[in-house]
Amino acid sequence: MGRRVAIVGVGLTKCSSHRKDVTYPELIYEAVSGALAQAGLTAKDVGAVVFGSMDPFDGVFAPERWNVEACAGAGLANKPFMKITTGGTTGGSVALGGYYHVASGMFDVVLTVASQRVGESVEAQLVLNTGVDPIYERWMGIGAITLVANQAVNHFHHYGTSEEDLALVAAKNYANALNNPYAHLQRHLTAEDALRTRMISWPLHLSDCCPSSDGACAVVFASEDRARRLAETPAWVLGAGQITDNYWIGERPWYHDWDSLGMLARRVYKQAKISDPLAELDVAELYNAFTINEIIQCEALGFCDKGKGPELIRQGVTAMGGKLPICPSGGVLCSNPIGASGLIRVGEAALQVMDKAEKRQVPGVKTALAHVWGAALGFHVLMILGKNAP
Amino acid sequence: MTQEEEMLIMPGAWNLPFRHTAGRFISRFFRELRDNKKIYGVRCPQCRRVLLPPSSFCEQCFAPCEEWLEVGPQGTLEAFTICYVPFLGLPPPPIVPIMVKLDGADTSLGHLLGEVDLSDPRRARELVKMGMRVEAVWRDERRGEIGDIQYFRPVG
Repeated sequence: MGRRVAIVGVGLTKCSSHRKDVTYPELIYEAVSGALAQAGLTAKDVGAVVFGSMDPFDGVFAPERWNVEACAGAGLANKPFMKITTGGTTGGSVALGGYYHVASGMFDVVLTVASQRVGESVEAQLVLNTGVDPIYERWMGIGAITLVANQAVNHFHHYGTSEEDLALVAAKNYANALNNPYAHLQRHLTAEDALRTRMISWPLHLSDCCPSSDGACAVVFASEDRARRLAETPAWVLGAGQITDNYWIGERPWYHDWDSLGMLARRVYKQAKISDPLAELDVAELYNAFTINEIIQCEALGFCDKGKGPELIRQGVTAMGGKLPICPSGGVLCSNPIGASGLIRVGEAALQVMDKAEKRQVPGVKTALAHVWGAALGFHVLMILGKNAP
Repeated sequence: MTQEEEMLIMPGAWNLPFRHTAGRFISRFFRELRDNKKIYGVRCPQCRRVLLPPSSFCEQCFAPCEEWLEVGPQGTLEAFTICYVPFLGLPPPPIVPIMVKLDGADTSLGHLLGEVDLSDPRRARELVKMGMRVEAVWRDERRGEIGDIQYFRPVG
């Protein structure tokens, strides 16, 4: 293990279908200035920047260059600047990059920034289609929605999960998003409403699928001595990691158990000395871009047995006030600036630990989990944050 | 700044042509589709799995593959969805993306299902089933690409 590292500041932007009021750098400036202000830092204090986004959604090659000035003035100040892109896990990889920069001992204060203007993509699924194999698979017209729909069909087949279960997940997340001023979708939705939304790709209704959002997030990672001076309650990194699954989706049964996530969870729980995640975690921010994802994630993360994810949602275990609230922010289901969404999960988990999540705060959070998936179901990132230093 | 203030949008587009290399293995696979209406996989000499699409090496064993075997043309449906909404620039709905495990292969191939009445979504769900048997339907004018299998259809 490297040095102790903590998060000392988080900056979020309002997400929406198209932030027509700001240029790309202005959107980033919103997130970065918020994170620096919360950490009590100025741009000069930033030792290095780790940035992430996926170029084709923004329609700009190397958008990090466009945004260097908004990343704490990294350009004119000649700061070290690294860009990371790993599909949907981009924001999670950016968080890992920031953590590793500080844990290595080479930097004391690192600014991580992740962003996406999916609102500038006229058709996000067409962009996502360029992410599947160009020789064998792209011609079929598949994208994220159809891939996850396949995953859902398999979970239904193996475990008897139903459209009604998915609708409950949607209703819970929409209700949470009403407490989050940064969320894109902010409207009341009952499970009955959800079932009446149109069928997108069987068995996923419209309310089972995330929106396309513009948004950005910035998170400041600091070394132990800086963190203790900067923040009243830093969010300490207790465990973190990434896992990769195979390229060919046809090489395994269809991700209804998401075994790679289960493997990563066991590795990261070991780092964080967690043996019973349902009891020991106080809140989880999961990358639930689709309702079925959240159900399978609960199982892979060990909150329940395989196939029992629907029971957690039916029993209210994962609702606000439940034993383990999931996505008090409304999650990715209610805001998805794709490359930023992973860092938003980390930022939301940090805010919960720092008692700064305002109306969406879960009382008494000591330990929080952030999860990110991406790359056609093939990558995951986890980070566990806590009030007590490791 | 007022809400009525007009916000201007600058148009943009990427139209970048590429050429993706099929290589020796995939070229042979596609030639067999085009010239002989045959589907070939390769067997890993170590784990003995038959890989489809064929690959010059097995990821699991990290070993080179050389042995070619004919698989299919029938197989079993391992995953599917029925997509009902149009997406700009993508094939018009409804489409049924499937994963099919061809007889003799150990891995599944992504493709489309055809010859199923999808007009009534409720009924379509009864017609497309996990584990159902499907078979390849060949395109008349084959070009040496995966689309030479036009689609798979239910057997019988």
